[in-house]
Amino acid sequence: MKITLEGLTKQFPARGRKAQGVTTAVENLSFEVPDGKLVGLLGPSGCGKSTTLNMICGLETPTSGRIFFGEQDVTALAPELRGVGMVFQNYALYPHLTVLQNILFPLENLKGENRPTRQQMRERALETAKLVQIEDLLDRRPRELSGGQQQRVAIARALVKTPRVLLLDEPLSNLDARLRLQTREEICKIQKKTGITTLFVTHDQEEAMSISDFIVVMKDGVLMQQGRPQQVYDDPASLFVAKFLGTPPINVFEGEVKAGQLRLAGQAVLAVPGAPDGPVRAGVRPEGFVPAAEGPLACALSRLEVLGRDVSVVCTHPACQAGTLRAILRTAKDIDPAAGGVRFALQPDKVFLFGRSDEKRIPFALPPL
Amino acid sequence: MDRNSRKAWLYLLPALVLLAAFLLYPLIDVLIYSVEECYNFASQTYQGVGLYNYSYVLHDPYFLQAVENTFVLVVITVPISTLLALLISTALSSIQKLQQLFQTIYFLPYVTNTLAVGLVFMVLFQRTEYTDGLVNLMLSWFGAGPIDFINGPHWAKMFVLCFYTIWVVLPFKILVLTSALASVDRTYYRAARVDGTSRTRIFFRITLPMISPMIVYLVITGFIGAFKAYSDAVALFGVDLNAAGMNTIVGYVYDMLYGDSGGYPSYASAAAVLLFAIVLTITCINLLVTRKRVPA
Repeated sequence: MKITLEGLTKQFPARGRKAQGVTTAVENLSFEVPDGKLVGLLGPSGCGKSTTLNMICGLETPTSGRIFFGEQDVTALAPELRGVGMVFQNYALYPHLTVLQNILFPLENLKGENRPTRQQMRERALETAKLVQIEDLLDRRPRELSGGQQQRVAIARALVKTPRVLLLDEPLSNLDARLRLQTREEICKIQKKTGITTLFVTHDQEEAMSISDFIVVMKDGVLMQQGRPQQVYDDPASLFVAKFLGTPPINVFEGEVKAGQLRLAGQAVLAVPGAPDGPVRAGVRPEGFVPAAEGPLACALSRLEVLGRDVSVVCTHPACQAGTLRAILRTAKDIDPAAGGVRFALQPDKVFLFGRSDEKRIPFALPPL
Repeated sequence: MDRNSRKAWLYLLPALVLLAAFLLYPLIDVLIYSVEECYNFASQTYQGVGLYNYSYVLHDPYFLQAVENTFVLVVITVPISTLLALLISTALSSIQKLQQLFQTIYFLPYVTNTLAVGLVFMVLFQRTEYTDGLVNLMLSWFGAGPIDFINGPHWAKMFVLCFYTIWVVLPFKILVLTSALASVDRTYYRAARVDGTSRTRIFFRITLPMISPMIVYLVITGFIGAFKAYSDAVALFGVDLNAAGMNTIVGYVYDMLYGDSGGYPSYASAAAVLLFAIVLTITCINLLVTRKRVPA
C-alpha cells in the first residue's frame, strides 16, 4: 500500500505560561513511500520525524495537509480504521500479559464480522509468532525477555492484524550495538518476506542507510532530501545532508572558488569547472583523499589509526572547519609517519561544494572517467 | 560471623533496640497479660494462667456488639470507598481543566481534624430541640420522616458511621490511585489506540492490571484501618459507645483499660489479641487471593 503525504504540517501550541504562538514540528512535508518498500525516515532528534510517524498512524491530527494510503484519504480516519501496525520505541508490551496474550490483544479488539473465532485468532497469532521466530516464548511475560525478543514480540503484535502499513519508531535504539546489527537485518528480512509497506524512524544514519530501499532526510520539520541511500550519499543536496550521512562524517573546509579552481587556504586543490567564483564550503568524504607525493592538499599529520580493514589518517589543515580531518585509506604504505606531513590529491566525485550562506549544493562538472 | 556481617549487625543495633523496647516488648507483654487470670492492677498480682480472659471477652455482649459493628463497618466501607476512589481518580485523571482544584478539594478531608469533622457531621445529622439537622431537612423534601441519626435506631447510626468513615478515608485513596494512574506509561494507551481498543477494555485490560498493586495495597490497609476504627465513632457518638451500641473492637479495648468500667488490662489484652488474630487472618486471605492476580 503506497503512502503519500501531501503538504503535511503539524503545529503545537507553544508551551509555558508566557509562550505565545505555535511551535511548528513538521512543515509542509510531502513524500511518498512506494508500495512494498522499506523506507527510513531519518533526522536528528527533534526534527519532527516521530510526529510525522504519529500523524501517519493517526495518533496525531495534522494541522494541515493530507495523508493517503493508496488512493484513500486517511487524514481524518481513526487509527484503528487505517490498518496500521505500530512498533513503539519502548515496545509498549503489556507487562501483565504473556507474549501470546500480547499478540492476541489487537485481534480481540476486532468487532462484528471482522472478529475471527478464538481458534482463528490463535492460529493467526501462532503464524505471526513463527514469522518473527518467537514461537518458543509464547508463555513468557515481556520482562522475562531480552530486548531483541521484546522487539520481535512488538513486531508480531503490530503484524498480527495484517495491517496495510507497518510503522516503526526508533526500532533499534533500545538495543545494544551487537543486537542492533542483528535486529536490523531481521526487520529487513521480515519486511521482504511479508512485502508490507514499512516506514521506520531513526536518528542513526547507518541504520537507515543499511536496510532502507529509500531514505527521507528531515531537519527542523522540513524535508531535506529523499532517494536511494547510495544516491543521497553520493549526491547530497545540502551541507546538512552531506554531514548527516556517512561515518566517519564528511570533512568540511572553508574555501573559495576562483577561475574554476577550488582554493583551500590559498592553495588551488581541485579543478571545479562550472562552479561560479566566490566563497564556498567544501565537503570531502573521508574516502576521497588519495595520498600523492605531489598532491595539492598539504596536511600536518596527527596520527594514524589502524583498524585492520582500513586505516584512518587523522591530520590538520588550516582551512578545515573542525580543526582535524580524517581520511580513510586502504593501506598506510604511502604514508610516512616520521615525515610529519602528508599530501593528498582529491577524488572529484567525493568532493561537494556548498554555498557559504545557504549551504546549498553548488554543482560542478566532473571530469570524464 | 565474619567482619562484614558483624558490622551490619552493629549498624542495625540502634533500630533493633528501639524496636525491641517499644514494639516487641509491649506485644509480648500484651500476650502475657491476656493469659494472666484475675490480674490485679494495683498489686500487680495474678492468680493463675489460662484462657479465662478470652472466655470472658468472648461471652461479653458488649464485645460481641463491638465485633459485629466493626465487621459491618469493614464490609461496607472498604469496598465502597475503594470503588468510589477508583471512580473519582479515573475521572480526575481524564479531565484536563481544573484538575488541580478538584484534587485539592478531594484531599481536604484528609488534612481536617477527625473531631472537627465529627462536629460537622453532628450538625448535619443530629436532631436537637431547634432543628432536625440538615440531612433530615433534605429528607423531608422527599417526604421522608425525620430520622434520629445520632440517638436513633442502630441502622441509622451505622449509616452515619459508614458514611463518615468512607468520607474520611476517601482522600488518601484518591491520592494514591491518582498518582498510580499518572504513573502508567502513556505509550500503552497509544498502542491500545492504534489497535482500536475500546475505552472499557482499555480500563479493564490495561489500566486496572497496571494499578492493581496499588489497589491491593489500599484494600489491605483499608481493612486494617477499618478494623482499628475508634476515633470516628467517638467523634460522632461521644465516649460512651457501649451505651450508644456503636462500640468497636478498639473502643472496647480502650474502655476495658480506661473507661468507666476500666482497670481490666487482662480483658483489654485478650480483646486486643483477638483483634490481632482477626486482622492477621483477613490480611493473609487478602494476600492469598491477590497474589495470583497481581504482577509484582
